[in-house]
Amino acid sequence: MALLEIRKARREFITPEGGRLAALDGVDLDVAANEFVTLLGPSGCGKTTLLRSISGFETLDAGTIRLDGADLSALPPFRRPVNTVFQSYALFGHMTVARNVGYALEVRGEDRQARSRAVGEALEKVGLTGMGARKPSQLSGGQRQRVALARAIIGQPRILLLDEPLSALDRNLRQQMQIELKTLQHTLGIAFVFVTHDQEEALTMSDRIVVMRAGQIEQIGTPRTIYRQPKNRFVAEFIGETNLFSLTIDQIDAGLAHARTAEGLQLRLPAGGAKVGDKALAVLRPSDFTLSDQGIAATVTKAVYLGSDLYLFAQPAVGGPEIRVTARDSAQAPQVGAVVHLAYDPAAAHVLEAA
Amino acid sequence: MAMRRQTAVLTALLSPVTLFLGVFFLLPLLIIAVFSFLTPGLYGGVEWAFYPWNYGRIFGWADGIMEIYEPIYLQIMARSLGFAAMTVVLCLLLCYPVAFWVSRLPARWRLLFLFLITLPFFSSLIVRLYAWLLILKPSGLLNTVLLGIGVISEPLEILYTPAAVVLGMVYVMVPFMFLPLFSSIDNLDRALVEASMDLGATRFQTFIKVILPQTLPGILGGAVIVFIPSVGNFIVPDVLGGAKGLMIGNLVEQQFLSARNWPFGSALSMIVMAVVLTVLLTSITFAKRKGGQNA
Repeated sequence: MALLEIRKARREFITPEGGRLAALDGVDLDVAANEFVTLLGPSGCGKTTLLRSISGFETLDAGTIRLDGADLSALPPFRRPVNTVFQSYALFGHMTVARNVGYALEVRGEDRQARSRAVGEALEKVGLTGMGARKPSQLSGGQRQRVALARAIIGQPRILLLDEPLSALDRNLRQQMQIELKTLQHTLGIAFVFVTHDQEEALTMSDRIVVMRAGQIEQIGTPRTIYRQPKNRFVAEFIGETNLFSLTIDQIDAGLAHARTAEGLQLRLPAGGAKVGDKALAVLRPSDFTLSDQGIAATVTKAVYLGSDLYLFAQPAVGGPEIRVTARDSAQAPQVGAVVHLAYDPAAAHVLEAA
Repeated sequence: MAMRRQTAVLTALLSPVTLFLGVFFLLPLLIIAVFSFLTPGLYGGVEWAFYPWNYGRIFGWADGIMEIYEPIYLQIMARSLGFAAMTVVLCLLLCYPVAFWVSRLPARWRLLFLFLITLPFFSSLIVRLYAWLLILKPSGLLNTVLLGIGVISEPLEILYTPAAVVLGMVYVMVPFMFLPLFSSIDNLDRALVEASMDLGATRFQTFIKVILPQTLPGILGGAVIVFIPSVGNFIVPDVLGGAKGLMIGNLVEQQFLSARNWPFGSALSMIVMAVVLTVLLTSITFAKRKGGQNA
C-alpha cells in the first residue's frame, strides 16, 4: 500500500468572470514512503492546489486523499502529519530562528530541554548551527530557506511538502540546494512532494515526476522516462529542448520505419507497431544529433555559445522547421552560414503515443 | 560643498515649519508651563510672583491658608485614566474582529466600509453626542425599546453615569482605533497563519503566538491614539457625564472659564501632559523591544 493515495481528486474554482475552472480534474496519484515526487507543470496547472489539498488548506470537491490508509479529508491542517516549506518561507519575524524551528514542538507542548536539543539537531541538518539566536531579518535568502526547511522537518512529518521553495534563490544557490534537498530527503527517509515549474529542478531531484496540465496528470514517470519517452507533445515540449517531427511512414524495413515530413525530410525511426501510411510524431533531442559527413544537410542559422557546448539552429536544405542541435565547442565548430550534415541513431528517436 | 549646499536648502525649506511650530505650539506650551508656577490673579489672569501651591493643592503640600490640599484632584485624574483605559480596551475588543472581517471583504466592499467608518467626522461632535443623550435618557430610545420588549421593567439610569461617559468616548474613538488596527491586520501575511497551522498550532495557538504579535504595532498605535485624547476629553463627560462622570478635562476647562484660576488650570494641564507622555514613552519602548518583527 502506498503511503499517500490520491483518488479522483477534483477541485473547482469560480473565476472572476463567473466561470468554473477545474484546478484538479480527476487526479490519481500514489506516493510511496521515502519517495521524492515532483509535481511539474506550467502555472495554473493545479500542482499547488494538489499540494494544498494534501496539507489541508484546500478542500476537495470530490475524491479522497488517504495517508497510511486513513482518510485525511476530515482533518484540519494542524492535525495532519504533513509539513510544508512555503514559497515565501513564511518565517515568523517576531521570533528568533531557534523559536521558529522549534515551533512545531512548542505548540505540541514539549518541554524546553527536549525542544532546544531537537532545534540544535535540526539546525545542524540544514547547516545553520549557531544561528539560533538571530532574527529571520538578519539572515540571507538562502539561510531563511534553510530555517524554513529545519522548521518543517523538526516535527518528523510523514510527508514533507515543498511549494516552489527554491524559486527565489539565485542559480548557483538553487543548484546547491537541489543537491542538498535530495541528500536530506535520503537521510531523513521521509517522502517529499515537491512543486515546481522548473523542469531542470524536477529532473535533478526527483525519483518520479508528475507532469500536470490544466488540472490533469499528463504523465508520471522517472526523470529518464519523462525525458526520453514523453507520452505526448505537451510533455515532450515542456521537458527539455525538443525537435518534433510530424511524419508519414513510407516504408518499413527490418524494424525500421522510413518516414518523411511534408517538406520531404526523410527520417528513420523504430517501427514499433506502425504500418505504411501511418502518421507519426517523433521526438529527437538536440543531443541526439551529431555533426557528421553525411546525414541531413542543413545550414547553420544561429549558433549560441554555452561554454563547453554550442547550441545550433540548422535549417534543413529540403525546408521545414529548424532543427536544434547541441555540438561540442571547438576550433572547428561550424559558423553561422556553414552547411552541416546531421546524423542520428534511429533507435534514439522516440515516437509519441498520441500524435 | 554639495553637503553645505544641501544643508542650506534644507534650512530654507524647513524654517517656515519650524517657525510655525515654534510660535503656535511650543510657545503656548511654554506659557502654560510658566503660568502653572505663578500666583492667580483676582479676576483671572496671573500675577508675576512664584506660587508653589498650584501643584501643592494637587499633591499635598498646600499652605493650608490660601490653598487647601484636596485628594479629589488626584482622584479625578485617576478616574480619567481609568475611563481612558476602559475606552481603549472596549475599542480594541470592538474593532479587532471587525477589522479582520473587513480585511477579508472584496476590495469594493472594503472601500465602502472604510468610508462608512469615517462618516461620523462629517457632522459635528456635539450634535452626535446630543443624539446619544436622546438615546440614553430615561424616556429615550434605548429605554423605550427595552421596556417595550419587556427586557426591563424600570427605565435604566445610564445617562449621567460613568458608563455613559465611557460609552460616548468609545463611540467617538472607534474610528481612531479601527484605522491603524485595520492597516496592521490587512498587512498580516496569510502565509504566516497557514505556516502556524501547518506546524500543528490550533486556531487559538495561532492567534496568540502569531496573529497577535504580528498585529501588535497596530494595536499599540490604535491604543495610543485613542488613549491620549480620551484622558483629556471634556466634551463627552460634559454632555453625558453629570457630576459622577467629571474628568480632568472638565476640571481644566472650569479653571480657565468659570473659576478663573489660570495657574491652577495650567498646573492640571501640565500633569495631564506628564501622564500622557509617560504612557507614550512606555509604549514606544515596549514596541521597540518587540521590534524588528517584520522580516
